Amino acid sequence: MEHNLLLNACIYLAAAVIAVPLSKRLGMGAVLGFLVAGILIGPYGFRLISEVEDALHFAEFGVVLLLFLIGLELEPARLWALRRPIFGWGGAQVVLVAGALFGAALLLGVGWKLALIAGLGLSLSSTAIALASLEERNLMPTPAGQAGFSILLFQDIAAIPMIAIVPLLGIPEEAGGGGNAWIAVVKVAVVLAGLVIGGRFLVRPLLRFIAKTDAREIFTAFALLLVIAISLLMQSVGVSMALGAFMAGVLLADSEYRHALETDLEPFKGLLLGLFFIAVGMSVDFSVFLARPAVVLGLVAAFLLIKTGVLYLLSRVFDIARGQHLQFALLLSQGGEFAFVVFGAAATARVFSSEVASTLVVVVALSMVVTPLVLMAYDRLSSRGEGRRETQPDAIDPNEDHVIIAGFGRFGQIVGRFLNASGVPLTVLDHDPDQVDVLRRFGFKVFYGDATRADLMRAAGAAKARALVVCIDDIEDSLALVDMARRDYPQLTIIARARNVTHYYQLMDRGVTLIERETFEAAVKLGRTVLTAGLGQSAWRTRLASDKFRKYNLRSVLDVYPYYKDRDTYVSMAKRARDELEQMIARDRRALEEEPGHDWD
Amino acid sequence: MTEPNILVLYAHPAPQRSPVNRRLAEAARALPGVTLRDLYELYPDFDIDAEHERALLTKAHLVVFMHPIRWYGMPSILKEWMDVTLLPGWAYGRGVCALRGKGFWLVTTTGSGPEAYQPGGMHGHPFDTFLVPFQQTAALCGMDWIAPLVMHGASHAGEAAIEAHVAEFQRRLTGYAAAIPEAAHGA
Repeated sequence: MEHNLLLNACIYLAAAVIAVPLSKRLGMGAVLGFLVAGILIGPYGFRLISEVEDALHFAEFGVVLLLFLIGLELEPARLWALRRPIFGWGGAQVVLVAGALFGAALLLGVGWKLALIAGLGLSLSSTAIALASLEERNLMPTPAGQAGFSILLFQDIAAIPMIAIVPLLGIPEEAGGGGNAWIAVVKVAVVLAGLVIGGRFLVRPLLRFIAKTDAREIFTAFALLLVIAISLLMQSVGVSMALGAFMAGVLLADSEYRHALETDLEPFKGLLLGLFFIAVGMSVDFSVFLARPAVVLGLVAAFLLIKTGVLYLLSRVFDIARGQHLQFALLLSQGGEFAFVVFGAAATARVFSSEVASTLVVVVALSMVVTPLVLMAYDRLSSRGEGRRETQPDAIDPNEDHVIIAGFGRFGQIVGRFLNASGVPLTVLDHDPDQVDVLRRFGFKVFYGDATRADLMRAAGAAKARALVVCIDDIEDSLALVDMARRDYPQLTIIARARNVTHYYQLMDRGVTLIERETFEAAVKLGRTVLTAGLGQSAWRTRLASDKFRKYNLRSVLDVYPYYKDRDTYVSMAKRARDELEQMIARDRRALEEEPGHDWD
Repeated sequence: MTEPNILVLYAHPAPQRSPVNRRLAEAARALPGVTLRDLYELYPDFDIDAEHERALLTKAHLVVFMHPIRWYGMPSILKEWMDVTLLPGWAYGRGVCALRGKGFWLVTTTGSGPEAYQPGGMHGHPFDTFLVPFQQTAALCGMDWIAPLVMHGASHAGEAAIEAHVAEFQRRLTGYAAAIPEAAHGA
């Protein structure tokens, strides 16, 4: 048994390690890589793993952790502010999609019970796939991301009554369900109240106590224990584990240990989510598929078309920017993990046969595989379409002598506004269509899309640009863009924003010499204010000291660079950051010592 | 009666090393009707608010440059102050000539003793030679040149000499302050 467990772990890990980097390399994203890995090692691939059910069940915990971490990001006040999208848009999505699917199924001559359950189950989307895709594309902060998130949250809530209703449609096994429902509601309310009170008066002091003991492993263990215990508790009263974990996360969102919890749970979440995707890949029952491939493919296509269509129409009602309607619809188009549970429950309650259930499960699983592919195709097409649409007018007014700013968030905006005020022709690349609309109105040349794409850069006129200013938030994207620009436009001057010192070094590795650390200037300026306005020291001497500090600090950064290269094989980024900080502080001390004495009179 | 309004432009990049200038500045501040602008403290980034400085100049009757002599001239921030504040058409030339009739008084110190300012000395020329740019600035702007107050050898001056110099400064500044209302009325 033990041997078996380790062997399985070995297979899973090996499959992931091989498939995910390959998939990312091919530009298909991690989700698809995991799914393919699952198909390959599953019962219809090389048959390395047989206990699909167990794996799926275990890996669902990845989704639970994901929702706990999302909960941590959302304080109750923010959640309250989102009530309209969650309940309004979420409710509309579930009702309309389920209704459309229900109607379509009836038209095909399916019995109403089956049509209803299939419609309801398929109206739910995959939290794991949709959120992972949103994060992969940095879309979380955009209106489409927010709307998607709200709807996914509502679906998690809606799944509970669905799973409860399904058995009622089946062969009645026990009478008097009404009374039980009331008891269930009371139970949930009691557990929730317990969570709110316990969270504040029990969990927080406990966290503080454990943090004080300084045993990091125990803190991690406690974080896991907390999530598992709450999930099991919620499950015992009939709430989905994911929703329970989400609520627990929200309750701890304003606690001082939020970040510690996040960093500790993050790797578990990533691995378990990966396992979940693998399990989904394994659960695609190809025997069902092969028995009636045309029917299954037809169902998948019809399902995706109907759901995407309804979502697309809905997205025009929601506050989603024009360019993002289709992307939003595609993101939520697949069937979700809750569908497995709903159909499982329906089969158990004998609302329909296990054959129908497994067909539906295959449809859902295939839709999950299709989504990342369709999204990838969408990315390709949209950036090309975007490029074409933009280059048409540019043919008359060729983009020359302009400066390209990649990333127009908080940082890029300041750079861009300053350059614009200074009369520099600008081309802005950003992936948030809301920004794009505003900027276009002010006459900026704006290209919507992922700046790291070579075709978008070409469309933006990189070949004739004076400079490329890299202001992207995400370090990996920033480096990818620099790599691409260095390769395709070796003459182009690159000026980059560094998120931190390691990023600074990574930019140096790529031959970038004009780099500004994003927080350094503001922090030094604040330090000056502390010394002058706060402590009453001379403004002029403080200015001189800050100049000296800056110069010395920059030299330290450069001096530590070879050291960073030596330690390129650092196992942990955290340790590297700590070592760098240590070196810097030791050097800073020397910066302001031994001022030369010269007299002034 | 017009209130006396004296604008002192004080420029010293290292006052902690210059007891003379520090005490001159203190003495000036203590006198009513004096506005002292410590330029290095006000504009550590040299981002001089020229409009504000011009408004202060407009109200002033007497403008005092108070600073040590470095490299035969004024400290760099005062030069920057002149560059951005004294615009053509405002301070001189065709236009308002906003400074016309105001007094211009230079209060300065040198590190070397008086013997350095002569042919064959360390600085080769009499000290007055180095004052030509100041004098001509006043003349161009139509200002009244007031005999400068200079302390040579300030870097090794004893306590008694400093005391006497500061007292002389106070005496003269008080005198100008008292004369302003009459002058203003007379004008």
